[in-house]
Amino acid sequence: MGLAFFYIAGAVTLFGAIGVVVTRNVVYAALFLLVSLAGVAGTFVLLYAEFLALVQVLIYGGAIIIVILFGLMLTRTSEYEASGEHRRWPLAALVSIGLFALLAYAFLADSALYNSSTREAISVEELGRELFEQWAVPFEIASIVLIVALIGAVVIGRASPEEDEPEPGPGSAPR
Amino acid sequence: MMLIHFELLSAGLFCLGVYGVLARRSGVMILMAVELMLNAVNVNLVAFAAFRDIPTATGQVIAIFVITIAAAEVALALAIIMRLFRSRGSVNVDQIDLMGG
Repeated sequence: MGLAFFYIAGAVTLFGAIGVVVTRNVVYAALFLLVSLAGVAGTFVLLYAEFLALVQVLIYGGAIIIVILFGLMLTRTSEYEASGEHRRWPLAALVSIGLFALLAYAFLADSALYNSSTREAISVEELGRELFEQWAVPFEIASIVLIVALIGAVVIGRASPEEDEPEPGPGSAPR
Repeated sequence: MMLIHFELLSAGLFCLGVYGVLARRSGVMILMAVELMLNAVNVNLVAFAAFRDIPTATGQVIAIFVITIAAAEVALALAIIMRLFRSRGSVNVDQIDLMGG
């Protein structure tokens, strides 16, 4: 039963991921990314990480996809319709398939190590305790990183004066 | 349902992300492929933590940090892409050679 759910979640994840890297329409790619991230959230549920599944849906589905769609809206060009693959995409496919073959070989060669099927549920209370006791300082540093990145994004994304800021007219306040 | 299943799913997701980063030309597309790779890493972290003999929440905690950094990364990268679009009228990474790369 659990295995059937795993195959469904994995199929949804990989279907969305293939859609992201294959489709030529950028908006479809963002929606395929949403499908893939929902599949990953299902995988988290199967791993008893229900809080992480919730965070995944909220942050990725609710925030990151929206930001990406806004980015697409603000940079829409006609070239998006034709923004397909690099001309050397077969080389990229070769590298990607080779990497997958290497990883799969490594996992399957030592499959005795990966055959454990005893899963232990971690309660949200336990997770919160660990996050705010053992990882309290990294947590605060992460929040500083986030605020710095957001301020940086505002500074970078703001229009510079020579681009499109209107000139101050004669009625502006004297200096 | 064994650990190897999650490992293979994670490897597949990561390799699709690698293909996307290498093969796409639009900056936004590359950003989305990077998100796929980060999610593959998250699946890996949570799966290894869940299949340990002694239960631990550390994998989930690190996955939360990865999601935080991913949010910061998306905001910064989209700001840079929008700035490039305004100054060059394109988001094609092949045409961005300001530093002579």
